[in-house]
Amino acid sequence: MVTAHSRTAARLMISPAVVLLLGWMIIPLSMTIYFSFLRYNLLSPGMEEWAGLTNYRYFLTDPAFFAALTNTLLLVGGVLLITVVGGTALAVLLDQPMWGQGIVRILVIAPFFVMPTVSALVWKNMFMNPVNGLFAHAFKAVGLQPFDFLSHAPLMSIILIVSWQWLPFATLILLTAMQSLDQEQQEAAEMDGAGVLSRFIYLTIPHLTRAITVVILIQTIFLLSVFAEILVTTNGGPGTASTNLTYLVYAQSLLQFDVGGGSAGGIVAVILANIVAIFLMRMIGKNLDT
Amino acid sequence: MGTITLAQVTKSFGDVEVIPPLDLEINDGEFVVFVGPSGCGKSTLLRLIAGLEDVTSGLIRIDGTDATALPPARRSLAMVFQSYALYPHMSVRKNIGFPLKMAGMNAAEADKRINAAAKVLNLTDYLDRRPGQLSGGQRQRVAIGRAIVREPSAFLFDEPLSNLDAALRVNMRLEISELHQTLKTTMVYVTHDQVEAMTMADKIVVLHAGVIEQVGSPLELYNKPRNKFVAGFIGSPKMNFLQGAPAAEHNAHSIGIRPEHLTLSVDDGAWPGTVGVAEHLGSDTFLHVDSGAHGILNIRTSGEVDLHHGDKVFLTPDPARLHRFDASGLTL
Repeated sequence: MVTAHSRTAARLMISPAVVLLLGWMIIPLSMTIYFSFLRYNLLSPGMEEWAGLTNYRYFLTDPAFFAALTNTLLLVGGVLLITVVGGTALAVLLDQPMWGQGIVRILVIAPFFVMPTVSALVWKNMFMNPVNGLFAHAFKAVGLQPFDFLSHAPLMSIILIVSWQWLPFATLILLTAMQSLDQEQQEAAEMDGAGVLSRFIYLTIPHLTRAITVVILIQTIFLLSVFAEILVTTNGGPGTASTNLTYLVYAQSLLQFDVGGGSAGGIVAVILANIVAIFLMRMIGKNLDT
Repeated sequence: MGTITLAQVTKSFGDVEVIPPLDLEINDGEFVVFVGPSGCGKSTLLRLIAGLEDVTSGLIRIDGTDATALPPARRSLAMVFQSYALYPHMSVRKNIGFPLKMAGMNAAEADKRINAAAKVLNLTDYLDRRPGQLSGGQRQRVAIGRAIVREPSAFLFDEPLSNLDAALRVNMRLEISELHQTLKTTMVYVTHDQVEAMTMADKIVVLHAGVIEQVGSPLELYNKPRNKFVAGFIGSPKMNFLQGAPAAEHNAHSIGIRPEHLTLSVDDGAWPGTVGVAEHLGSDTFLHVDSGAHGILNIRTSGEVDLHHGDKVFLTPDPARLHRFDASGLTL
């Protein structure tokens, strides 16, 4: 029974946490906004002065910004495509009864436990290295010229690495959803004359839409801020070929010491992320309703 | 057409043989009910006929052709499942039309059939709803609709009423019986409820541990049970069984007498006893009488009887309705 008294007590008791969380979010955000309006360079400390919208103008007209924006969208879209399609396929496979199911499932989840810097380094040095990498050996073994992934297809390589990390997550969520598919529905469809493919299209896919939306939402949040994989492999290069927004903000503020410009970029990134979030929430709201 | 013949059909799961060799003939247009206690293999048998399980050995013939190795979709059978198994993301119309779509039927003809089925089942107003927005009875009717649009040669029902409440169950029982009268298609119906079996069936198949105990019309099973199991399973309240002296009087190992074939008297009779629980149903009264050496006997008597816990009574069996069994439980 919730009485007025206990409600007041509850509000009092959660208020420290709420205040702390709000402070945690509001203070950095407002400082970033403040910095973005300053001419603030770490090489000339103490020379900060009001700059108005100059930082924004420079950031938004910088050709690197558009390159970074495209790269961000390609990275998010590419990884989502690979993980959702691959995750569904893997979930279907793992749902089949087979020997050693438990161990196989744990192995499939494993990449998710490897931290991004480590996995990116492993991919860079052990797989994609044009001299010693596994892929180079494989190419040589069949008589082909080794391909230097990270310099000739840097964004593609990063999409591959990030997909490898996130595929287990998608697989795990989709597999759980798959297991809750009603057996009798499958049998009814079988009696109704639906073959394996029709059952997949008309039963499995609609059943998985909810799980797929959840995967897309959660992954988008994390994929918009991919950073470690780029830092340890390509450093955003060659040129801006693999620079995403997060990396561009980092480069601006900590490689060019332009804190003002970096802050402006950060705010732009926050706004863009919110636009994406609004679209996603709409889409998901529709899907989660039914 | 809708004849189904099972010849020496067996089914094993691993080492466990759930259905030993079994023969059964289902005639065209018959309403056949498989009845038996839980785990007697009745659902397995239905799934074997449907093709959802493979037979271990034996033959299944549908309309005279060998269907043992045919996939479920090619057997021209339609099944209604216990959980209804409706497709939750499709509207009622799409659910009912799904088998037609899978068969590649053109839209106009499919629409005609869907509307006809909806009309028969009183679903016309609900065609655009999703299954989640329907009541249990309506969902049941959608499941039946999905079965009838295919115009199959036989319907299979797997305990279709067990998820409904008691009042609705009686209703749906009538509706299914009426549907059978209209369509005149073979129906095979699985249930553990002997009341459903008795009220709906043309032919009842009593199963026990995978073995057919008896096949016959409801009244045949009631009047001439082949053995003690059928005698005890068919009829409610259950038949009373007595052993020892009263059985020896009739040259049997044991005798059975139905509760409705015992005459009750307060001053004279064959077996004395004390009333235990009295269940007054209004139309009938069920008495549990403790008759000492003979154990607890059920008796069914008129609703007017005014007897209560602890009253002394005498019971007399109707000798013409007495069932005699030998030591192995077979009827003599």
